[in-house]
Amino acid sequence: MTDAVRADRAARTRVPRAFMGHRLGLAGLAVIVALALFCFLGPAIYHTDQIHTNIQLTNLPPGQGRPLGTDSNGYDILGRLMIGGRGSLEIGLAVAVLATAIGVVWGAVAGFTGGLADAVMMRVVDIVLAIPAIFLLIYLSTVFRPTILLLIVVISLLSWLAPARLVRGEALSLRTREFIDAVRVMGGRRSRIIVRHLVPNTFGTIVVSATFQVADAIILLATLSFLGFGLPPPAATWGGMLSQGTTYLLDGYWWEVYPAGLIIMLTVVAFNFAGDALRDSLDARLRPP
Amino acid sequence: MIGYIIRRIAQAAGVVVGVTAVTFGLEHLIPGSLAKAILGPRASRPEIAAFNRANGLGRPVIEQYLTFLGRLARGDLGYSYRLNQSVDSLVVHQLPNDLVLVGSALVLALAIAIPVGMAQATHRNRATDHLATAAAFTLYSMPSYWLAILLIAGLSTGLHIFPPEAPQASTVGGLLADPRALVLPVLTLTLINIALFSRYMRSAAIGTLAEDYVRVARAKGLPDRLVLSRHVLRNSLISVTTLVGLSIPAVLTAGLIVEYVFNVPGVGLTYYTAAVNSDYPVELGITVLAGIVTVLGNLLADVAYAVLDPRVRYD
Repeated sequence: MTDAVRADRAARTRVPRAFMGHRLGLAGLAVIVALALFCFLGPAIYHTDQIHTNIQLTNLPPGQGRPLGTDSNGYDILGRLMIGGRGSLEIGLAVAVLATAIGVVWGAVAGFTGGLADAVMMRVVDIVLAIPAIFLLIYLSTVFRPTILLLIVVISLLSWLAPARLVRGEALSLRTREFIDAVRVMGGRRSRIIVRHLVPNTFGTIVVSATFQVADAIILLATLSFLGFGLPPPAATWGGMLSQGTTYLLDGYWWEVYPAGLIIMLTVVAFNFAGDALRDSLDARLRPP
Repeated sequence: MIGYIIRRIAQAAGVVVGVTAVTFGLEHLIPGSLAKAILGPRASRPEIAAFNRANGLGRPVIEQYLTFLGRLARGDLGYSYRLNQSVDSLVVHQLPNDLVLVGSALVLALAIAIPVGMAQATHRNRATDHLATAAAFTLYSMPSYWLAILLIAGLSTGLHIFPPEAPQASTVGGLLADPRALVLPVLTLTLINIALFSRYMRSAAIGTLAEDYVRVARAKGLPDRLVLSRHVLRNSLISVTTLVGLSIPAVLTAGLIVEYVFNVPGVGLTYYTAAVNSDYPVELGITVLAGIVTVLGNLLADVAYAVLDPRVRYD
């Protein structure tokens, strides 16, 4: 084995190894895996009816057969957390993918092209960034009836700005590098340079930003459902559960408030820890060993 | 620098025009007829015709947009047919309440976050720093309504120290007449802002502490207290100014949620009520206002940065 091959292999395993050494990041990853199992496998093991309300079962405290009690519609809270989490995770992940894809293309084209196109494209980013996302999101969900697909599209259209700025910044410095000149000299077209050479070199930034996007999208979604503009009933949402439970704060029905709030926070913290750890371990790749 | 400021103002004006264009587009996104959406499904034919004529809906889109822009320039944010009141008079009436709420929370947060961030930077990686970082991170990851609910559960329904609802008065005087009821909303917003700003302040101060001029100040025998107050603090505040300007969308969002949870009579709650009633003109008027406030905040932060830091050259 030559030194070059060994160095290459060492470089490739350095990121996973650095990530494994990051305790908070590992904890975050473990929580994400546990949440995914809870939301997608959980309902197969723990059957509950989350569609039909049952007046005889309303506001029951935790007890035999209902570990977290029931809410004011008679829905089992543990089962509802699972179903509500599905929507949160699905929308969060889909938004991260879609928003990052839009942002990467926009930022790479703007940064690589430069000049007037760059200035115009970045002003567009400034404009959308200037309007607080929650105001736009609430407006759009009062105009259209929210569905999972609509929420994914709309939240993505409000979330691609951060990755666009990050990737543009990297594209600005990458486009003056020699390997880009080399492709150009060999007759590579602009689209080829951007797709094959520029974007792959921003991979680290893209992955880290996408991880944080999941957390941001889940917070935005939970805020929207908390305010009552999320998926309409009988869809289960964590924000909606929290908002409904808050009504009963004075009655002491703690099981309707704390589980939903804690699970939102846990999910957001988990994705943020994982993102932090990813950033640190990708930094480790850039450092000499 | 004058040239830079002029260029920066021109750029901000461009972004404001863009924001108005987005809002105008959003208004026309409403499916079906705008007249029916705003006047309600039971509007009669002559009423719809009158509405269309009054708003120039038959004219070319560009002309409609220019009219819209002209109205905005005169401070006309639209008209709520549901409340039978212009949006600007609605907002002007409630803006002082928001200034009291958001303003006092901002001032309190800065007064606490700046010393905390400084202390964290000078005691970097020690127990106090880790403790403060953990606290800031916990607060930062909390959705603002969750923090508000925890505070209500603890201090209001639990210990009965503060009421769970803001004072129900429509004027600033009425709001201030019951300061106990203002504590929880202001506390929620303050804690959220502290989490944001103490992180900025910590990293800014850590950066400044590593500068050569700090070492020079120490080497010439300046007491530690003066090094920190004259050199580190002042230089770190420059970058914090920019970040505070950039955090305006987050502050507005938190304001909306806190007003909803505590029922504070302010612009945020008005937006919420309008959204519940599908009162589109109010929603869009407040959205455009939020956008303009954000752009102005960023502009002020950039100008302040240029004025405060003569080392930065803009050519």
